[in-house]
Amino acid sequence: METHPAKRVEIIIEAIMERRLRGALEEAGVTGYTVLPVLGGSGRTGVWSREGQIGRGSGMVAVVCIVRPERVDELLDAAFAVVEPQIGVVCVTDAQVLRAERF
Amino acid sequence: MGLLDLALANLLSPVILSFALGVAAALARSDLSIPEAVAKGLSIYLLFAIGFKGGAAVAASGLDGRLVATLLVGVVLSAVLPLIAFALLRVVSSLDRIDAAAVAAHYGSISIVTFVAATSVAQSAGLSPEGWMVAVAAAMEAPAILSALWLVSRGASGSGKMDADLWREVVLNGSIVLLVGSFLIGWATGAEGLAKIDGFITVPFQGVLCLFLLDMGLVAGRGLREARAVLRPGLLGFGLGMPLIGGAAGWACGQVLGLSPGGVMLLMTLSASASYIAVPAAMRVALPQANPSIYLTLSLGVTFPFNLTLGIPLYLAAAQLGA
Repeated sequence: METHPAKRVEIIIEAIMERRLRGALEEAGVTGYTVLPVLGGSGRTGVWSREGQIGRGSGMVAVVCIVRPERVDELLDAAFAVVEPQIGVVCVTDAQVLRAERF
Repeated sequence: MGLLDLALANLLSPVILSFALGVAAALARSDLSIPEAVAKGLSIYLLFAIGFKGGAAVAASGLDGRLVATLLVGVVLSAVLPLIAFALLRVVSSLDRIDAAAVAAHYGSISIVTFVAATSVAQSAGLSPEGWMVAVAAAMEAPAILSALWLVSRGASGSGKMDADLWREVVLNGSIVLLVGSFLIGWATGAEGLAKIDGFITVPFQGVLCLFLLDMGLVAGRGLREARAVLRPGLLGFGLGMPLIGGAAGWACGQVLGLSPGGVMLLMTLSASASYIAVPAAMRVALPQANPSIYLTLSLGVTFPFNLTLGIPLYLAAAQLGA
């Protein structure tokens, strides 16, 4: 089956910033993304878990976008403006997609 | 009943023992856990019940001028307490301006769970707090955040940002909307409305509070386990001493306002408690450079357990003393 090159951008960011990040992505023309819950983890500010939490101050979410390679810089510029001062991780990996016209 | 008896009765109540169980289980690294969705469900129930009953109480007793005065005093307390907390932190700890301001914001704002627990204790002690204290709790949530941002803006290290989106998130956060909304529903429907759902919001209340505090104990215990490095003696002393300063300020204001003993106790509890839902979220947006493990550990790991176990009986005794 024919596949096409794409970039998979995964942004783990504080839950409270999710709406701002989605706004920045949409402003940059990225309308396709998936938001995933993150159960817990550990980082420079210590260990954290979503178990039993009722506020959004200490949780994280993962936002996953898949775009054509030529659009990744635009996406990263938009995302980084939101992510830069916050706790989180941004990573870009090479991917292959089946239906190129959707990205 | 003396202070010691009150404290003992409180410590041996099912809700406090449930909280202790949660803390002990987390410290012992048990796999006991309450899923996030269940914890949110329990908190929604408690906020709805406490708001509705407050509104129904106002419908029964009517409003008076003290509501507006208490709202204004609550806003002033919320704005001023962070200034005291900030000054204290700069003396007793080595926190920089931004971390100290972020912690201070938590101590001006309120813990709605502590408020719910205190309301339950007040009613068990035969007190009838003013129903509109629910509205005072809502009004005291946000001013502390502005005070903290002002404190940061006075330093050389820059300032926090408070945009329209953040304002909306703070003022319209789910807890506040539910609390004020259910208060208004209770007020509008009165005793008749309460009679229709009494079996749902009154009888199971204590049991749900037990489960919810079990969860809060687990969260607090996990926080304590992971953040021992943060808890220097100065900060620990602040986490235990600041509620007493806030409580004393609440007591004095309650006496001047002429609140009932139950109302004084709740104003003391609101002034003494530290936020761990709305303010941490606001601080992550407005002051992302502040270290969240410091303010979350202090608020949830030190001040919340202190208020729940020793603070509330102390505030109850002080409120009855002033009556």
